[in-house]
Amino acid sequence: MGRAAFVFASAAAALAAAVLWSFSVGRFPVAAADVVRALWSALGGGDSGLAPNVEALVLQVRTPRILAAIAVGAALAAAGAAYQNLFKNPLVSPDILGVSAGSALGAGLALLLALPVIAVQGFAFAGGLGAVALVVAVGTWVGRRDPILTLILAGVVVGSLFGAGIALVKYVADPYNQLPAITFWLLGSFGGATPDDLLVALPLMAIGLVPLALLRWRVDLLAISEDEARSLGLDVSKLRLAVIACATLVTAAAVALAGVIGWVGLVIPHAARLLVGASFARVMPLSLVLGAAFMLAVDTLCRTVAATEIPPGVATAFVGTPVFIALLAATFRR
Amino acid sequence: MTLAARALDFGFRDHVVGRALDCALESGEVVCLLGPNGSGKSTLMRTLLGLLPRLAGEVTLDGRDLASWDAPARARRLAYVPQAADSYFDFSLREMVEMGRTAHRGVFASPGAGDREIALAALDRLGIAGLADRPVHAVSGGERQLALIARALATQAAYLVMDEPTANLDYGNQARVLEEVARLKEAGIGVLFSTHHPEHAFRIADRVLLLAAGRLAAQGPTLATLTPAALSSLYGRPIEVATITLADGTSHRACVPASPP
Repeated sequence: MGRAAFVFASAAAALAAAVLWSFSVGRFPVAAADVVRALWSALGGGDSGLAPNVEALVLQVRTPRILAAIAVGAALAAAGAAYQNLFKNPLVSPDILGVSAGSALGAGLALLLALPVIAVQGFAFAGGLGAVALVVAVGTWVGRRDPILTLILAGVVVGSLFGAGIALVKYVADPYNQLPAITFWLLGSFGGATPDDLLVALPLMAIGLVPLALLRWRVDLLAISEDEARSLGLDVSKLRLAVIACATLVTAAAVALAGVIGWVGLVIPHAARLLVGASFARVMPLSLVLGAAFMLAVDTLCRTVAATEIPPGVATAFVGTPVFIALLAATFRR
Repeated sequence: MTLAARALDFGFRDHVVGRALDCALESGEVVCLLGPNGSGKSTLMRTLLGLLPRLAGEVTLDGRDLASWDAPARARRLAYVPQAADSYFDFSLREMVEMGRTAHRGVFASPGAGDREIALAALDRLGIAGLADRPVHAVSGGERQLALIARALATQAAYLVMDEPTANLDYGNQARVLEEVARLKEAGIGVLFSTHHPEHAFRIADRVLLLAAGRLAAQGPTLATLTPAALSSLYGRPIEVATITLADGTSHRACVPASPP
């Protein structure tokens, strides 16, 4: 217990530090004390006494971006943790059932049709859910003998079909305006997140995360063999569908908000398990906090290390690959 | 109180494994299921556990059709002890055993103080309470198997079905697991276990079921049923049974494969 409490306290401290750091740095640095003053006044703590442009920078520019990074990191990591239990496999990421491919195709279509931003997000969200629904339908139709394997194979097949769809959309897109827009969207970004976007995405994430949190003790039983779980009285097929629905909703909302960002959902739950053991009741909350801190730190680096912004989807791969190799070594080389 | 099968056909829709099988497990007895590889032991056990739908005939739990039990009620009455297998997910023994309390609480409920107490008592009963907070990866194969038995005990089921609980264990751990299984019947629990070692049946089983190619070749009290002739025909080669009397006066049976004629 002592160890887990220490890990949670450290993770929370890391997240708080990342938030403060992210508010402070950038093209216009803001002193940490001024950040706290601006936030305090926004929460109703009286006049901040800061220049209006500094206050606007903190509250209107950096706050939505920071909240988006936190929400997406937390959501992807928690969904990844759930999917890894579901597939009894630590190498599974949230897009295993094709949610990213479906969202990408949806967003690509919306951009191709020159629809407004809100429609791009809507199409991305619907595309992600649609792809997973198709995978689950195919998996259920094909057979019940090995449901896990059928789902994974259906995910691969449907994912590559949607991949071909994305390629086609790119091919027919106008190469001067639409193609770059599609490419940039696929790389992911937090820069465009507005408060309105957050007001849509955050409740959707909550709708997925709350049932996952409530089911946390049952999700553990997905990690043991199906025969064992059923013999313990669990309706495995029903729980599996519930977890797929929740984790997919969370992932699709994250992808619709910020584009396709890999590695977070794969690496963070893995790290959480190394720190606090396998119990989902600890892995899920720790994944939420670590995912948020990691994503925010990466995005802050993305907008500060170079003169132009680096897409976070690219940065997570650069950071995630060595981290993941280190985690694999820590897990399997003992 | 009985777990019983009558005229049972079992297997898969496209592949019948066994036919016309009658057997029963009473509470407070240890029954051993013996049979060569591929004779259908695991498939029979999965059918008796309600994990695989029966093809024909009937399976009853306490006199009621097993298929008519809802899953949590069945789990509180009938428990499964699988072979200890490797998993990436490194639960502590305590967490593993607490999973045995799933059918005793609501879908969204956390394990309560009572669940934790029962789980710890189950670990204690098998002599591994001291390892409760160790991760599964940090204990021996024998201790992992005992933890799986503890998980089954935590369900407070009356019947335990164990699929080769001594497989992959070293000699000392086999003896340890067998002793613990034998002690379960003192608590009125009925145990059905499968093994590839007839000596394990001689050690702890009240009755044996001999399964050959999906049919019961014989069943009955261990000593009367496990004759050299029955064993030889079951495993397809001559097997002798020797009686060994120890200095303390107890006698034990040992099986020796003889050279084929």
